[in-house]
Amino acid sequence: MGWFTKPAEITASTPTEAIWAVCPACKAYVPRAEWNNDLRVCPRCDYHDRLTCRQRVAQICDSGSFAEISAAVSVRDPLKFADASGAYADKAQAAVKKTGEGEAILTGTARIDGIPVVIGVMDFRFLGGSLASGTGERILLAAEAALKQRQPLILFSASGGARMHEGIISLMQMAKTCAGISRLQQARIPYISVLTDPTTGGVSASYAMVGDINIAEPKALIGFAGRRVIEQTIKQQLPEDFQTAEYLLEHGFLDHIVHRGAMKTFLAKVLRYASHG
Amino acid sequence: MSEIDFSNKLTPWEIVQIARNPGRPAIADYIQGMCDDFVELHGDRAFGDDRALIGGFATIGGERVMLIGQRKGKSVEENILANFGMANPEGYRKALRLMKLAEKYGIPVVSLVDTPGAYPGLDAEARGQAEAIARNLTEMAGLRTPFVVVITGEGGSGGALGIAVGDVVLMMQYAVYSVISPEGCASILWRDGKKAPEAAEALKITSESLKKLAVIDEIIAEPKGAAHSDPGQAIDAVKKAILKHLKALKKLDTDTLVQKRYDKYAAMGR
Repeated sequence: MGWFTKPAEITASTPTEAIWAVCPACKAYVPRAEWNNDLRVCPRCDYHDRLTCRQRVAQICDSGSFAEISAAVSVRDPLKFADASGAYADKAQAAVKKTGEGEAILTGTARIDGIPVVIGVMDFRFLGGSLASGTGERILLAAEAALKQRQPLILFSASGGARMHEGIISLMQMAKTCAGISRLQQARIPYISVLTDPTTGGVSASYAMVGDINIAEPKALIGFAGRRVIEQTIKQQLPEDFQTAEYLLEHGFLDHIVHRGAMKTFLAKVLRYASHG
Repeated sequence: MSEIDFSNKLTPWEIVQIARNPGRPAIADYIQGMCDDFVELHGDRAFGDDRALIGGFATIGGERVMLIGQRKGKSVEENILANFGMANPEGYRKALRLMKLAEKYGIPVVSLVDTPGAYPGLDAEARGQAEAIARNLTEMAGLRTPFVVVITGEGGSGGALGIAVGDVVLMMQYAVYSVISPEGCASILWRDGKKAPEAAEALKITSESLKKLAVIDEIIAEPKGAAHSDPGQAIDAVKKAILKHLKALKKLDTDTLVQKRYDKYAAMGR
């Protein structure tokens, strides 16, 4: 591997990183000040960088309106799982320390353009935004809060899928979260799903794909099986736009692709139609 | 399976091999062995008829049910036709259509689960594998008719769960049920697919472990030497277990049934 491939691998500890950011999509060097805009969208290619859950809340919710629920629900270790690189409990603790969050989703009540909602935002930094018992519990409690208060539920997904370290219990969270969504459906409470980069595996195959309205950010990776697994299975090249938001829109699985800068306005607009009453 | 010594306690990896044994009873054997009658119903009414996931009206011990389940073949030809039990979106959508039909006619659903997983293919993604499974999970949670699940062989992740959100989940003694295959888990978390036996142990995928975790409700004992050594006896045990649970579930009024199902899945991982 030649030295010229290195720039993409520059780490945060490199002094250069303080001045320049490298866009993960177009690999362009962008002045950090420009990249650190409120949206974290590449000014060159429009790539939507991954956000922390708190950054997302700040973008979407009316200022000061967000109040966290379920902060007490934290990571559990039902299998007492350990692999070659150590115990899951330690990895989970490291994720808590790194992110300052208790699980891979932050849930709470908030207002969007004055409209009261229950909102959940996944954080990919937390073990790849994986779905496990704590995550599933927070989502179910959010759905139950939406049902009780008769307020719309909005979930922003960013996840590699089910968390292997909690094994079958993670798989069961797909059923658990969908049970919560099912109740909203019966009670005619709006549920809007926003799929951000990436939304794959067990999260795409549960609550993320069954919104009344499914929205995605541009170019977000969205799919069920991993690209490599599919290539190995069918032994053929996949189209370049495979499993992108644009591909899903074309195939009928999304209502809209919405630029981050327009997301809040779009949600507010949809909510005005969705909330009967 | 001659290398497996049933006189010792089996390892999870050995149980994986038993669950995948091609001689193990498949859905065709269950239809033959436990149903007095079977009327297959085809197609998802949108795209096609998936031969990997079949279903239809069945009569089991005098009880009318809607039987659905993945299909594994006994020959290479049948396996190719049935895509080795890996359903495409139209399979899950057919299953949902049949579940809703069962709800309409007031007959219970019996789901036999045996799949390596949902098919990971280009066309499956294009037609919405994720959406099909997600839709089923959401609809099963609120389905207003009794729903009995039996994990008969491989319970492969979302592809299994896509027809397995039941009121009771039964599992054959040597079946497995997992979020990911031991090989897949090993190659990701151990960075070595050959560590599958370790992953199988850590993932807790056997009926014994899943009963302790309260993910399944009951273990159906298999003949000594496992189901493939005496399919008739194994199928009979499954039939008895299904009938016992159907009888109990049919006593519940529908609101209670659906509430209990919600409570069951809400409690998962608590």
